[in-house]
Amino acid sequence: MDPTTRSGEFWRGVRDEAPILLGVVPFGLIFGALALHARLPAPAAQAMSAVVFAGSSQIVFAQLAGAGAAGAVIVLVVCVVNLRHALYSASLAPFVRSLSPAWKLLLAYLLTDEAYAVTITHYQRAGEGPGRHWYFLGAGLTLWSAWQLSTAAGLFVGAQIPASWPLDFVLPLTFIALVVPALRDRASLAAALVAGLSGVAAVNFPYKTGLLLAAAVGILTGLALERRQA
Amino acid sequence: MSLWLTMLAAGLATFATRLSFIYFLDKLRLPDWFRRGLRFVPAAVLSALILPGLVVHGSAIDLGPHNPEFWAGLVAIGVAWRTKNVLLTILIGMVALLLLRALLGHFGLL
Repeated sequence: MDPTTRSGEFWRGVRDEAPILLGVVPFGLIFGALALHARLPAPAAQAMSAVVFAGSSQIVFAQLAGAGAAGAVIVLVVCVVNLRHALYSASLAPFVRSLSPAWKLLLAYLLTDEAYAVTITHYQRAGEGPGRHWYFLGAGLTLWSAWQLSTAAGLFVGAQIPASWPLDFVLPLTFIALVVPALRDRASLAAALVAGLSGVAAVNFPYKTGLLLAAAVGILTGLALERRQA
Repeated sequence: MSLWLTMLAAGLATFATRLSFIYFLDKLRLPDWFRRGLRFVPAAVLSALILPGLVVHGSAIDLGPHNPEFWAGLVAIGVAWRTKNVLLTILIGMVALLLLRALLGHFGLL
């Protein structure tokens, strides 16, 4: 492959991921601070950001561990919270099917909400092409580095962040910025609305299972509308 | 289970979830509706993450003045629709939330 294509894709991934860090860094800070609050040792909290590498489930982990939950319960809850990643995996799989197993392992490790959101947008806009996986790698590594650094920062300064700062609002804003511009046809708009409203209705289901149910209902709505239009 | 073992198990489970389809898709024959449904995954999953966060305040739906996150979210949705700009959406959404909180606080609504 042409090395300029390769580095072009890589740096485009880095650049597109960069604004999202604004939402991720506060999240990392919050996790670091929360982990300390839950009396997790700092080295364990830092290691968790590399080993688990999934924001909301790390926060749930810290809270459950702090409350003295059994290890098996924690692992089960983390699995449920992360089940949506199987959907991301299925959604990206057709685009990475020709890559080597080593690439697949690496990209799967880097597959987070934020890396998925920019990468699938890029694949859907630009189509398949040589070197697209370098974009995925650029976006994924950018997010990974920011996550490790912001966790470390959270462990250092977490206790001093004023509680009045609405840092946790940055993440929903990030997702709004990524989803809303993509809702250009009736079927995707309906899928988003139905999924969102179902998510509200199922918000009290335990361990984010409502999220999965809502997503399924939304996807089925999109499919049904698409079929009627076709 | 010790803390470190629990963490390792949680990490492996997360990785396996992410790897699932990426690694095994070639070995599976997926039905056509499943493949077409994948197009709706980002919109559906992310909306199901966003909307409850905006409209559920405490443990009940609240679209009134006590829930500035909802109104700031609406502003952000408008900005995202018009500009398609991630950074601008985040910045304006945050400023809207801070202004609304200050305003509502001033009138004693928060």
